Amino acid sequence: MKNFSFAAPRTEAEVLSVLSATPGETEILAGGTDLVGLLSQMILAPQRVVNILDVPSLKDIELLDGGVVSIGSAVTLDVLLAHPYLNPYPAIQQAIDGIASLQLQCQGTLGGEMLQRPQCWFFRDGRGLLAGGGKLAAEGDNRFHAILGNQGAAKFVSASRIAPALIALGATARVIGPGDEDEKIIPVADLFRTPRHEGERENTLLPNQLLTHILLPGYKPEAQARGILSSATYDVRHGAGPDFPLASAAAALRIDGGVVREARVVLGQVAPTPWVSTEAADMLVGWSVNETLAEAAGAAAVAQATPLSNNEYKVQLAKVAVKRAILRAAGLETGGL
Amino acid sequence: MAEVVLSWPTKDKATAIGKRVKRLDGPEKSNGTAKYTYDINLKNQLIAVALGCPHAHCKIKSLDVAPALKVPGVVHAEPLRKSGDEIEWQGEMLAVIAAETEAAAREGVAAIAVEYELLPVFVEEDNLAAAEKAGRTSKGGGKVQTEKEPGDNDDEDEFADKEIARLLKEAAYTVEGHYGIDPITHCCLEPHGSTVEWKDGKLMVHLSTQNVSGTDDGFAKDLNITADDVTVHCDYIGGGFGSKFAPDYWGIAAARISKATGRPVKFMLQRDQELKLGGSRPSGYLHVKLGANKDGVVTVWDSQHHGSAGATNPGGISHTVIPYVFTPKNYRRLATNIKTNHAQARAWRAPNHPQACAMTQTALDDLAMKMGADSLDIFLKNLGTDDAPGVSGAKPSVYKAEMEIGAELIGWKKLWHPHGKGAAKGSVVEGLGLAIHTWGGGANQSSCTVRVHPDGGVETFCGTQDLGVGTRTVLALVLAECFGLPYEAIKLTIGNSKLPISGPSGGSTTVGGICESHRRAGLDAFAQIAALVGKKLAVDPATLEAVGGRVQVIGNPAKSVSWKEACTLIGMKPLEVKGNYDRGTKSPLSNSQVGGVQFAHVAVDKETGVIKLKKFVAVQDMGLVVAPQQAESQIYGSVIMGIAYSLFEQRLTDPKTGAILNAELKDYKLARIGDIGEIVVNLYEPESERSRGVIGLGEPPVIAPGAAISNAVCNALGVRVPTLPMTPQRVLAALKAKA
Repeated sequence: MKNFSFAAPRTEAEVLSVLSATPGETEILAGGTDLVGLLSQMILAPQRVVNILDVPSLKDIELLDGGVVSIGSAVTLDVLLAHPYLNPYPAIQQAIDGIASLQLQCQGTLGGEMLQRPQCWFFRDGRGLLAGGGKLAAEGDNRFHAILGNQGAAKFVSASRIAPALIALGATARVIGPGDEDEKIIPVADLFRTPRHEGERENTLLPNQLLTHILLPGYKPEAQARGILSSATYDVRHGAGPDFPLASAAAALRIDGGVVREARVVLGQVAPTPWVSTEAADMLVGWSVNETLAEAAGAAAVAQATPLSNNEYKVQLAKVAVKRAILRAAGLETGGL
Repeated sequence: MAEVVLSWPTKDKATAIGKRVKRLDGPEKSNGTAKYTYDINLKNQLIAVALGCPHAHCKIKSLDVAPALKVPGVVHAEPLRKSGDEIEWQGEMLAVIAAETEAAAREGVAAIAVEYELLPVFVEEDNLAAAEKAGRTSKGGGKVQTEKEPGDNDDEDEFADKEIARLLKEAAYTVEGHYGIDPITHCCLEPHGSTVEWKDGKLMVHLSTQNVSGTDDGFAKDLNITADDVTVHCDYIGGGFGSKFAPDYWGIAAARISKATGRPVKFMLQRDQELKLGGSRPSGYLHVKLGANKDGVVTVWDSQHHGSAGATNPGGISHTVIPYVFTPKNYRRLATNIKTNHAQARAWRAPNHPQACAMTQTALDDLAMKMGADSLDIFLKNLGTDDAPGVSGAKPSVYKAEMEIGAELIGWKKLWHPHGKGAAKGSVVEGLGLAIHTWGGGANQSSCTVRVHPDGGVETFCGTQDLGVGTRTVLALVLAECFGLPYEAIKLTIGNSKLPISGPSGGSTTVGGICESHRRAGLDAFAQIAALVGKKLAVDPATLEAVGGRVQVIGNPAKSVSWKEACTLIGMKPLEVKGNYDRGTKSPLSNSQVGGVQFAHVAVDKETGVIKLKKFVAVQDMGLVVAPQQAESQIYGSVIMGIAYSLFEQRLTDPKTGAILNAELKDYKLARIGDIGEIVVNLYEPESERSRGVIGLGEPPVIAPGAAISNAVCNALGVRVPTLPMTPQRVLAALKAKA
């Protein structure tokens, strides 16, 4: 670990004032479950670490007009999991539950979980996010790497376990900075990108921007009339511990009269970003969910997969994750262990 | 004084031995007052951190530690290797920095300037053809045995070829298969390391070690002092599993730096270094053709296996344990060692046995599958009889009795189905499997000094160590039995090299050794006290027993004195008695060679390849069971470790760079609580076993889980997942290959 100065701002504006515009000079600390390891391995070596846990507004969970749920980015996952406002969004609850570690749940924050750095072992070994222009992952051991969106140098998979659920549910993100007055609300999916060179990170935030809140869409009366929104996450996990899933999927369905009217399917752990599958979603709309349909949607989700030398099995796992997330969202048996 | 007769009390007489008690050091371990080496921090200490080589194979072109000395907080920097040195594995320490804080030491490490010349890397230990092509193989020995012997004019190799071919041809059933088990690391929760201090020319080492009595000379030798100037101390150790017997070069470096700087030095391996350097278990990959008669008894076994134990001494798994436990009348077994760019393997709990079991008892189960037979029947048939055993280690009758108990506990009759023919629930199928094992576990050398104070206090001094498995509890029970006292009353001082010498904890030899020395000392001390009491009560001392805090005429509390009163007869000074046992001495108190049988019940999701343990049964003999609760814990731990290497654990090395890819606990997959299912332990202790005396338990129960679980998965799927760990990727690949 390299020595750094430590800032503990008390307001969102103060946070912006201590963040540097230069990439890598400052890092934001929330729960620290990921950052501390990266600092200790010197994968990141910032001059200043900015702790955001003392900013009260980032820890709020509020119900806004139209039933929108606003969640501060520094809310810890255990608090989120237990909060009644989350009850209409089982996909998020199941994603948090799947993390299966009280330590990570109690210490980790929503924003930190979403923006944690990739687990790619070449990156974690200090060889860069794109590790030799993607060659190290392409030619080396890539059993946990991407099967979709991996044609460029980025072969890693997006680490977040909650982002697929948020994207499936149509959540948005409030981002502030770099200027004091700068504020924007963007779809959660727009926080992520596939970097094309080592200078780019896997998220779209500038070094001096801050993710402050996640906004979950509410139950507007007119939407209610079009059916009930149901959602689910399904992780394919090697074991019962907190290890990252081998593949996962989140599905959000609006079902009216037994028929799917709207669907969003997002895969996790399969691509450098959360992977929105319109192919899978399109198969569902206009039909009632059953195992055959869910299986076909799973197949559609991975039809374009381009597995690497040692991860073809993930295609099957991603397919099953999609199938089971859809079945679970529809309130049907998922099968499996 | 009557001559001391070495014996254990019978089961009905025993008051401490064999009783269920709580672990003596449980509270200290639970509340954090137990100090492990990692917990020891000395005033004014420096923290040492080493630079690990980032490359798996390279030559050092230049190495300069001077820039590290400019980092604030860095006090000392020394190279461990020099330019021109060839480095053969990733993580090898090249230089060490000692600083005021760990952060400063790490920053110092980052400042070291090194230039490397990269050399070709070879890490594919499962790829014999590639290893041969790369010139990385060497013969690992082998043996051929046939019932028919070659004639004087026969070429032995040709004869063996022909004879084995004939036997295979004549066999009613044959099986040909590949079976493998990947390397794993010891993954000690407390890494290797020490905190050391030089004071007045003497060296104090707080060392995480399995060998308290035996490492002082290692420090002395490398530091040009004599062993009497070295004290090694270890009260608690957070895992060793066979990897912590020596000072290691980083321990010596810590001592050297402490001497150079005049300050205590704490040098524990960083987590990635622990997984790269701290120890690994050799891999093994076996190809076999076996033949069996119409009853399923193996008549001929013909196997070659290969694997790696690293770069220094590539000896893989010994051919002597192939096939495992079972001893067919005709066999040929050949081993090939592969030199890979990995740090040298270290002894891992029951060296050779878990791999041999996983690579060969799976083939026996495949025979059952091929015959459409019940695996339990095939295992039973291959046991032979006590007069004509088909197995080594324990007697066939013992294995058979243990199999019957285990089969009952796992519900074999009710749940077993032919391989791959069970009822599926959606994509989930279930299966049962078993495997058997053996281990020596004879007593190690051990000495102790036992003091009985005139006020009744009892204490022992012994240079043994408690690896976390119950050494303290066992010692206390043994002495409590000798003196008729509650086990909590016994005071123990262990874990220091200045105490009477006791052997290293390796090979499951500790429990036998310490029971020998302490039973001997305890019986001796009691005989001396009995002589005094006999005089006082005017009875023959040989008729006295210690029970319930009194010394009494056997079975007659009316003729007795309290323990305290008895001890006042000792006089002013404590009674001090030494106990000693020399390894290999025949004794009624201890023995060797145990057997064990394990059963697994698994569920497998055919869509995802995920396996879940539902139930695991471990039946184990160990002679006399001193501390049943701790013995059970030992077996629970073994089974969990076995589940880990069956389903999760593997050291992953990048084939291109030779980098260890999962040298962090977050990446190194282990079994978690949710993964282990129900574990049922049965201590097999009929009088025929109990009367054999104490035998070590540390290793045997960790041997069979690999084969038992693999066989259960095969029973569920009807297809073998050939290599451990059985990851979802491998399960899906095996299903795909079958389809």
